[in-house]
Amino acid sequence: MIALRINGNAHNVDADPKMPLLWAIRDLVGLTGTKYGCGIGACGVCTVHVDGEARLACKLTVEQVSGKEITTIEGLPETHPVLRAWAAVGVPQCGYCQPGQVMQAAALLKQNPNPADEDIVKTMSAVLCRCGTYPRSLTALKLVSRGKK
Amino acid sequence: MTRIVNLSRRKMLKGMAGSGLILGIQFTGRSKAAGEKEKAALAGPPANFAPNAYIAIDQNGLVTLTVHRSEMGQGIRTSLAMILADELAASWPRVTVRQADGDAKYGDQDTNKSRSIRLFYTPIRRAGATARQMLEVAAAQTWHASIRDCRAVDHEVIHIPTGRTLSFGQLAKGASMLPVPTPEKVRLLDASSYRYVGHTIPSIDLVPMLRGKAIFGADVAVQGMRFASIERCPVYGGKAVSFDPKGALAVHGVERVIEIPAAATPTGHLPLGGIAVIANNSWSAEQGRKQLKVQWDLGPNATHDSTAYRAELEVAVRKPGHVVRSAGNFDAAFALSAKKLTAEYFTPYLAQAMMEPPAAFAEASGGKLLVVAPTQDPQGAKTAIVQFTGVPESDVTVRPTLLGGGAGRKAMHDFLCEAAWLAKTLSAPVKVTWSREDDLRHDYYHPMCVQRLEGGLDKNGGPIAWRHRTAFPSLAATFQANATTPDADQLGEGFTDMPYLIPNLRLEAASVPAHMRLGWFRSSMNIPHAFAICSFIDEMAAATGKDPANFIEIYLAGPRKIDFKALQVDYPNYGGSIQDYPVDVGRMQSILQLVVDRSGWGEQLMPRQGRGIAVHRSYLSYAAAVALVQVSPEGELAVQRIDIAIDCGVTVYPDRVKALMEDAVLFGINLTLGSGITVKNGAVEQANFDTYRIVRAHLTPEIHVYIVPTSALPTGAADPGVPVVAPAICNAIFAATGKRIRTLPIDVTELHG
Repeated sequence: MIALRINGNAHNVDADPKMPLLWAIRDLVGLTGTKYGCGIGACGVCTVHVDGEARLACKLTVEQVSGKEITTIEGLPETHPVLRAWAAVGVPQCGYCQPGQVMQAAALLKQNPNPADEDIVKTMSAVLCRCGTYPRSLTALKLVSRGKK
Repeated sequence: MTRIVNLSRRKMLKGMAGSGLILGIQFTGRSKAAGEKEKAALAGPPANFAPNAYIAIDQNGLVTLTVHRSEMGQGIRTSLAMILADELAASWPRVTVRQADGDAKYGDQDTNKSRSIRLFYTPIRRAGATARQMLEVAAAQTWHASIRDCRAVDHEVIHIPTGRTLSFGQLAKGASMLPVPTPEKVRLLDASSYRYVGHTIPSIDLVPMLRGKAIFGADVAVQGMRFASIERCPVYGGKAVSFDPKGALAVHGVERVIEIPAAATPTGHLPLGGIAVIANNSWSAEQGRKQLKVQWDLGPNATHDSTAYRAELEVAVRKPGHVVRSAGNFDAAFALSAKKLTAEYFTPYLAQAMMEPPAAFAEASGGKLLVVAPTQDPQGAKTAIVQFTGVPESDVTVRPTLLGGGAGRKAMHDFLCEAAWLAKTLSAPVKVTWSREDDLRHDYYHPMCVQRLEGGLDKNGGPIAWRHRTAFPSLAATFQANATTPDADQLGEGFTDMPYLIPNLRLEAASVPAHMRLGWFRSSMNIPHAFAICSFIDEMAAATGKDPANFIEIYLAGPRKIDFKALQVDYPNYGGSIQDYPVDVGRMQSILQLVVDRSGWGEQLMPRQGRGIAVHRSYLSYAAAVALVQVSPEGELAVQRIDIAIDCGVTVYPDRVKALMEDAVLFGINLTLGSGITVKNGAVEQANFDTYRIVRAHLTPEIHVYIVPTSALPTGAADPGVPVVAPAICNAIFAATGKRIRTLPIDVTELHG
């Protein structure tokens, strides 16, 4: 049994210690907001926060994160400014990569409430989207950071 | 015509909102045959009508639209609900949608080729209008008032002389007892009264998508579900000879290893077959799979090589092909031309690579089979599942989830069949998840295409001769053995409908064998055809020294409509009637002018900066783009700005159409700077996003979208923006550097100073 702390709740999961966090979250804990897209840390749709930092759940094993504070998209407060900005701009199309985009954006703002444009572009480049939502996610993230100034 | 029947008194809708008004709509096309059927149906009893979408209003006034088209980001669930809400005079917050299972009673559910709004804009309007009129009659009867004094406004009916009101919920029961007005009695509202259609409102799926609550195919889960990962033959058409499951079974969590039979080649919608590893979680299934030892018979495609195949297609376009369209005498005119141009264009195999790889859930119990999956075509999936599992159609249910992108991949049913077969065989609920590697290596690929264009200009620089040959494996080969004849629908995607007025014209298609499983792609063959035609017209303009926009404008030679009848060409026109949806080059000219006016076309440029232009009709819509690029002396390409315009007729959901154009820009940039699929020894060489590159946010240009305001019939929006982007960029590269790009994706090493 591996002890995981996800969105403030304790979960004991019966997993191989080498199981990627992604599959523990999705299959064992049953939170499906965190998506699979590549399994090699290239697409970013599985982004979660580990101790407040954006990390790719497909590249972390459950033993690496046992005891750490894990936040998934389901754990982000409803009133989070990133969610509000994403809704205001109308970013999602198919919606599949949106949890990854939102979690990347939220982590950046936590680290730096007033990111420069190049930080915004760099952060949003961590998540692949095949619907071409990039112009809108960039706009939305700029909107949040401007709003904070 | 739309025929609407009141189903409230027929117990057809188990599980829908209790008592209240439920309308089934029968949609019929505009063909003569359909018209005859319509007449016959009108003469018969209402029980003959098999409705294809349902509107329900319960006694609380909640309006539910059963959406029978699949949502993959195009916003169809919201768009159809907007249309309904407006014609019903409903209040948006009290309109909801539910997703329809696959069932013939809904009519066409194949969500493909940008046609949902085209096919269902009017039928949904009529459905809403019919329901509205019935609510008004119910109110008039309640008040013993004249129907002329009763009007539905914002989810209630008002008695105009007295100001009394009854809510839709209060009227639902009464309305359900009424006869349905005959079609000629149904009055549509003036679109100028619409509060939702043509305006921006948040998508119905917005909040669940942002909060991780939206359910995609891979998210379906039930208690006791098994997880499957399937090893398939690396070469299309190959089969497992033997396998050793021991290593896989030793992996923690793995429960069974079982062979899924391969369908006969060509496999069509059915599975490739393979060895399925069944575990109690996805990761264990995948780990177990790595321990499998499988001996494959690689089959007849084991020598397929994409480089050699390209050479084969090049040979094919240098020889005469099957004549698709002809006018005048190309050979004579070309021989007499003052200036001759020849160019060959290449576009590779492509994988859709949707962010959600194929995934499907299936459950078998009591002889019934339920499949829940991200499918573009739940009825087609049902047919395939019946064929593959032998379960009778009446016992199969296919339920679409949201699609994490579709692009044609999810119009194929192999992955649903795999899940269905496993559920039946294991007698357990099971989820099949494709890895990204599975997705890229066992796809239904967009066909490779080689094209040769030859053009002749007279002494004044006017094009007098044009010969276009295209060579690509036919999509028909996925369904019929040895199909080499070019598919008319594929040729209809931007080839047969070449818009320029050139007196001596010859369009030819080569017949070539297929060696890969081929399928649909976003914009499909419009991608290669628009790339070649929009590039070659630019090459002609450059050869004359004329401004390309001006040159295009002149030789579109509008306003006119292409007369296919006179050309003796049976043009498929995306299934739309050519009378209702002509190839109208005047609309191409207008949209061209729009991007010229707005993009800064002709304004001063920096060194190694250039603008390129392209215009194309597809899916009955018109699109044009101007690209502004800069190429550094080191060969680094920056796409700085794209102006893109679309004329798709009446626009239901402008903000989503705008988003789809932004999407088209990124998709088009990906065609120029992303990856193609290459094949060696029959196997795909790319595996994941490290080798199959997808454009990231840092390459996002400044994008300007223009939607032509028009009252023309609504046409496609999801596909038509894509084809113009790559040629506009490549024409801009030529303007910036003098280098002509004829191969996609672009080899940036060619762009050095």
